[in-house]
Amino acid sequence: MKLAAFEAQGRARWDRLSALLDALELGKPGAEGVPVAELPALYRHVCNDLALARDRQLSTALVGELNELALRGHQLLYQARTGRGASLAAFLVSDFPRAVRREWRLVLLCHLLFYSLALGIGALAYRSPDLIYSFIDEPGVERMERMYEPDHGLVTKGRGAEEDAAMFGFYVWNNVSIAFRTFASGLAFGVGTLASLAYNALDLGLIAGHLIRKGAAQPFLGFVIAHGAFELTAMLLSGVAGMRLGLALVAPGPRTRLAALRASARESLPMIAGAALMLVIAAGIEAFWSPRRLPAALKLGVGASLWLLVATWLGVAGRVSGD
Amino acid sequence: MIDTIHAVQTPEGVDLALPVAGPAPRALAYALDLLIQSVGLSSVQTVLFSAGQSGFAIGLYLIAGFLVNWFYPVLFEVLSHGQTPGKRIVGLRVVHEDGTPVAWSASVLRNFLMVADFLPLLYLAGITSMCVDASFRRLGDLAAGTLVVHAERPTRKLRAKRLELQERPLPPPFALTLDEQGAVIAFAERAPFLSSARAAELAAIPAALTGADEPRARLLSIAAWLLGHA
Repeated sequence: MKLAAFEAQGRARWDRLSALLDALELGKPGAEGVPVAELPALYRHVCNDLALARDRQLSTALVGELNELALRGHQLLYQARTGRGASLAAFLVSDFPRAVRREWRLVLLCHLLFYSLALGIGALAYRSPDLIYSFIDEPGVERMERMYEPDHGLVTKGRGAEEDAAMFGFYVWNNVSIAFRTFASGLAFGVGTLASLAYNALDLGLIAGHLIRKGAAQPFLGFVIAHGAFELTAMLLSGVAGMRLGLALVAPGPRTRLAALRASARESLPMIAGAALMLVIAAGIEAFWSPRRLPAALKLGVGASLWLLVATWLGVAGRVSGD
Repeated sequence: MIDTIHAVQTPEGVDLALPVAGPAPRALAYALDLLIQSVGLSSVQTVLFSAGQSGFAIGLYLIAGFLVNWFYPVLFEVLSHGQTPGKRIVGLRVVHEDGTPVAWSASVLRNFLMVADFLPLLYLAGITSMCVDASFRRLGDLAAGTLVVHAERPTRKLRAKRLELQERPLPPPFALTLDEQGAVIAFAERAPFLSSARAAELAAIPAALTGADEPRARLLSIAAWLLGHA
């Protein structure tokens, strides 16, 4: 069939589909004289026309036009269903804890590495008073020491509501960004994630070891224990998500590296989303609860119960038989 | 034809051609987005701090900064047909590799993993990946299964000028294969955009078909015959 005849036969149909697509793309329910119910039939017919036009080399311009019509129809007809069963409550109560438990080996490994490194460097900092100055400069150390002074530090004096609000914003911005970067840098064969976790472990161990040596164990622990339950766990979970990306490239198993990476990336999404939510909770606790001037026993008690809560939540919630 | 086309097979069994976008327009769109983000954030700053620098304003500003930083591209890509404002200006669109509109999970992945594209510095990993991959995917696109395509079709220019040949239709002196017919028709479509010297030069290449004198007119006549002009 020649182009002119082909066009004469199909033009009306193409124009109808084009008008319908124009309307639907603007969010209207249908075009004038072309109800939306006609979309599948028109679209499939145009796919047919496109295949014919391409096979017969009818004209580059016509093939281009039909390709665009088919592409736009395809975009409208085959959309992903978003929001299917996506509720925050269901995510928190079952999807997220289950995603964490699915990776229990990596979760365990990351916890072991992180805390043994932190403990090791903490013990060193406790025994050698000069170690901290190799990592943090003198004004920084002094600032930190003042914050946790037993009698007039931040924890005993507290701070104003305004400063609490500013710090909440800071914690959200800083900590969640760190978690996202820790996750994403796992794409560099896991090296970026490991470096980020190691850096945080060093930081925590050094400061804790140094402050305990200075006799500020109680104010320090009282400050960090409550939000630490959420913050440290979430940081480690973002590390687990990042390690998944890295391991997919290092040891892809029976898949190609690209296929393994894609599967891991998909599977680590609930983990990173949950870690972000936990960090927002941690920011709230760190800004509004941790600096409160309260009896040490109460602060330690609340902190310990929050650790227990996080462990129970991630360990048990959403469990079904055979899980 | 050598072209930056990513073919997608639909359930109807037809191949759709997605024109993928290269590093240059994407870098331009990204620069525009950065500009828009910083203008947006500084106007938020002006509003928040208009009544003085309270701690609440600082907290809100930091949260706004966090949200803009990480979720500006995700929100626009998912809610605005795969286009951030910068991509809309440049004429780009993000789609899944099968041509469907980009959804939340893929958009979050590709945008968060841009951190990895930045490594080791100045988007070296991302640019390398785009230059090596046939569909210009950066690392985030590879992991999320997405493509950045041109929203405007390059063939629109061809179509704007409807193919009306004035030449008298002439049958070719011998039977042409499908590929050859396609080449002759493509020449007729592009001839209005070529200089007459270049058109004559091109038309003279198939000498057996066009003969010695007036190769351009001769080739257009054959095209008119092939197209079925009366």
